[in-house]
Amino acid sequence: MSAKPETKIVLEPERYEFRATPMHLFAMDRRDFMKAIGGGIAILLVAKEASALQESGRRTGMREDMPREINAWLHIAQDGSITVFTGKVEIGQNVRTSLAQTVADELHVELASIAMVMGDTQLTPFDMGTFGSRTTPQMGTQLRKVAWAARDVLTGLAAKRWNVDAGQLVAENGKISERSGGRSITYAELAQGQSLAQMMPAEDPVTPATEWKIAGQPVRKIGARDFVTGRHKYTPDLKRPGMLYGKVVRPSAFDATLASVDVSAAKAMPGVTVVHDGDFIGVAAADELTAESAVAAIKAEWKTTPQISNKELFEFLKKNADQNPAEENRYRQTKGSMSDGLSAAAHRLEAEYHISYIAHCPLEPRAALAEWKDGKLTVWTGTQRPFAVREELAQAFHISNDNVRVMVPDTGAAYGGKHTGECAVEAARLAQGAGKPVHLLWTREEEFTWAYFRPAGVIEIKSGVSSNGMLTAWEFHNYNSGAAAIATMYEVPNQVTEFHPVKSPLRQGSYRSLAAAANHFARESHMDECAHAAGMDPLEFRMKNLKEPRLSAVYEAAAQKFGWQNRKAAAGRGFGIAGGIDKGGHLAACAEVAVGRATGEVHIVRVVQAFECGAIVNPEGLENSISGAITMGVGGALYEAIEFDNGRILNPRFSQYRVGRFKDEPKIEVVLVDRKDLPSAGAGETPIVGLAPAVGNAIFNATGMRIRTMPMLPGGKLPRKLEVYA
Amino acid sequence: MEFLQPESGVFPAAKESAMARVTEINVNGTRHAIDVDAEATLLSVLRDQLDLTGTKYGCGEGQCAACTVLIDGNPRHSCQTKVGAVGQRQITTIEGLEKNGELHPVQQAFIDVDAMQCAYCTSGMILGGVALLKSNPHPSEAEIVEYMNGHICRCGVYQRIGQAIALASMRMKGSAA
Ligand code: FES
Ligand code: FES
Repeated sequence: MSAKPETKIVLEPERYEFRATPMHLFAMDRRDFMKAIGGGIAILLVAKEASALQESGRRTGMREDMPREINAWLHIAQDGSITVFTGKVEIGQNVRTSLAQTVADELHVELASIAMVMGDTQLTPFDMGTFGSRTTPQMGTQLRKVAWAARDVLTGLAAKRWNVDAGQLVAENGKISERSGGRSITYAELAQGQSLAQMMPAEDPVTPATEWKIAGQPVRKIGARDFVTGRHKYTPDLKRPGMLYGKVVRPSAFDATLASVDVSAAKAMPGVTVVHDGDFIGVAAADELTAESAVAAIKAEWKTTPQISNKELFEFLKKNADQNPAEENRYRQTKGSMSDGLSAAAHRLEAEYHISYIAHCPLEPRAALAEWKDGKLTVWTGTQRPFAVREELAQAFHISNDNVRVMVPDTGAAYGGKHTGECAVEAARLAQGAGKPVHLLWTREEEFTWAYFRPAGVIEIKSGVSSNGMLTAWEFHNYNSGAAAIATMYEVPNQVTEFHPVKSPLRQGSYRSLAAAANHFARESHMDECAHAAGMDPLEFRMKNLKEPRLSAVYEAAAQKFGWQNRKAAAGRGFGIAGGIDKGGHLAACAEVAVGRATGEVHIVRVVQAFECGAIVNPEGLENSISGAITMGVGGALYEAIEFDNGRILNPRFSQYRVGRFKDEPKIEVVLVDRKDLPSAGAGETPIVGLAPAVGNAIFNATGMRIRTMPMLPGGKLPRKLEVYA
Repeated sequence: MEFLQPESGVFPAAKESAMARVTEINVNGTRHAIDVDAEATLLSVLRDQLDLTGTKYGCGEGQCAACTVLIDGNPRHSCQTKVGAVGQRQITTIEGLEKNGELHPVQQAFIDVDAMQCAYCTSGMILGGVALLKSNPHPSEAEIVEYMNGHICRCGVYQRIGQAIALASMRMKGSAA
């Protein structure tokens, strides 16, 4: 914390992400473990730090005790079926598919032969959580290593069996064969009668992307048939024998405390269990309707405290920012001298951007099903962090982690919104009180109110541009919204970049791309303002100030596909461009908008986005994810804003909070730039950051109006009072 | 959105249903014996009583269409429909589209176009698509957008969903029906 600022900007990137250390996985020895999984071959990838402690020999397969820190493991059963175990979860980003592709690729088997067990704290190794676009670069790489090791073990077994040198053997199509074309044997045959647990240290080599066969290919969602037939069970779809339906009595406002409550009428209702524990009041009943009427029969009085409204929000954020000490501040990075930079400038600009709180709105609201048996708790819930939720539950009920199992069925999305376990804790508390399993599904209003929000923020930028269109100065302050992608990717000799944390009036947390969307909106809008001031084409201005070849490459790719050079000005039409880098992803977006001059409505007609994230694992899933992020970005760019007052959310419904719909969807074209020479980066988040600034810049191009707020059209139309940049 | 709202007079039983029980319901061609309060939503009856959980809750206010079912072939928000108002009408849920192991062309098209991410909206989308193609077998792109605008896909798969419906329409053209 006291480290001197370095020249490279290393602001804490993700302060809203949660941290945790790896912990015990298997509290059993090797023999018990093999018995539990029914023999076969198990390959366990041991965390680097742990493997370094082991003896110098690479393999430690004969050890009796199990390593404590395992990142992932793979099992080849005696019948040859292959199962991969990872603590990551599937929330619509389709990693169940892309991870299976990676394993199949390295193990040299068909994709269909891989089963993935995900997000089950009893079966899968500890995992910090599925967020930060880390699944592909980290878990993908780890699973590739596990698969590589498995192939190596199988080859070794065949070599031993035939008494030949392993170098004469090759693994192909689920078989080990002699290169000479002689004998061959299936993985299943090799696994038969085995009881082998092999620990692998984490630094084994892997196959380069240029040699991938299954990875790198377009693959559609695995198990799609279960989804189109309604067969897949999301958390809210699960049932347990004797299960009751839960409902929670919500406080009248945030931070309210319970003054008094009368639960007698609800208690008197047949079949209703009321749980009143501190400020928590909830009910469980045989059906939803009864649970609802029981809640309605509970009279609770809440003591509330006055709180600010969204109208005062931006002023509040600036006023209540933590005072960062001028020196030795991890949130502040400087380079050169701003005053030098500004005096060298021919154009000096200053602007302020406002970012509203928004909600994640996963279509599946938070849900949990909790069951107690012999002091042990099992909870099914849609969360991005099953192990953290296990911890939350263990703490809430004063039991050990070993007595809690959390399972995550493939979930109806999360977007960074399902990091915490409130719903799981509530369901478990109700189940404890009722002595029966309890199902709890938050209503849309609860999801809008009692989850957390994407942070709101104020961003101030001061800049200087020389007469020949070079940036000379850049000062960037972000209040509250976050430090992700806060540093400019353009070359500027004189810079100040600072993040100012604020105690947020609303509960806030992670969101798809975190603050990168806000920081890119402000930065790329401002770049447009600079280009305009310098009288330059927005793309030309960016390229002139850029020395980042990967970003330049996507700018060129997007501009070419879009036809940027040949775009034709027309009344009510505008074109905008924006680019960015975050979490290893590089993107550029071009947008065309149509503005209804009379109505003030804006329609995004077309978006072309080029994206590069190293070697692509699944181009099909990637394209889907990128166009999805663009579409989700439309809501945040134009319409979405949480309104609140005195600790209450004023628009907690889809009828009051406008998300992107079919009619809002532009024609989207995605250009994938595949860099097989670079490691794969994640792509679930970054593709969302380019849309808002590209559209804002296009609106400016069409109207001369510069809108510096997200959302840009809070009432569905251009705001009336506009600062016109002349 | 209008197309999803119950037309006036369609559900005449609603008034006398207070406190009443509903004892049977026709779903996917089968008559099911139930015993539920007439005030319960069709959504909760399908999901909780009949374990037809392919129909999803997304908002409970007729805004997202995740809960779409077909009632006598017309798309309806099951979250806005009281079970007491359904009477003898035939309900089709997502589970009822597959016939003898064969997917409905709209279901198949969703797979082929990979028109899903988290897929929580998918059941409602497919039933919306089925209803659209029934009333308008060859919709234009604009007609698909217009008809489907009441369906929310938060993952943003709209473009592919539109393509899937168009693909199904094309494939169904060839078939006799
Ligand atoms: S749940 Fe019925 S419309 Fe949203
Ligand atoms: S695929 Fe997730 S809501 Fe549509």
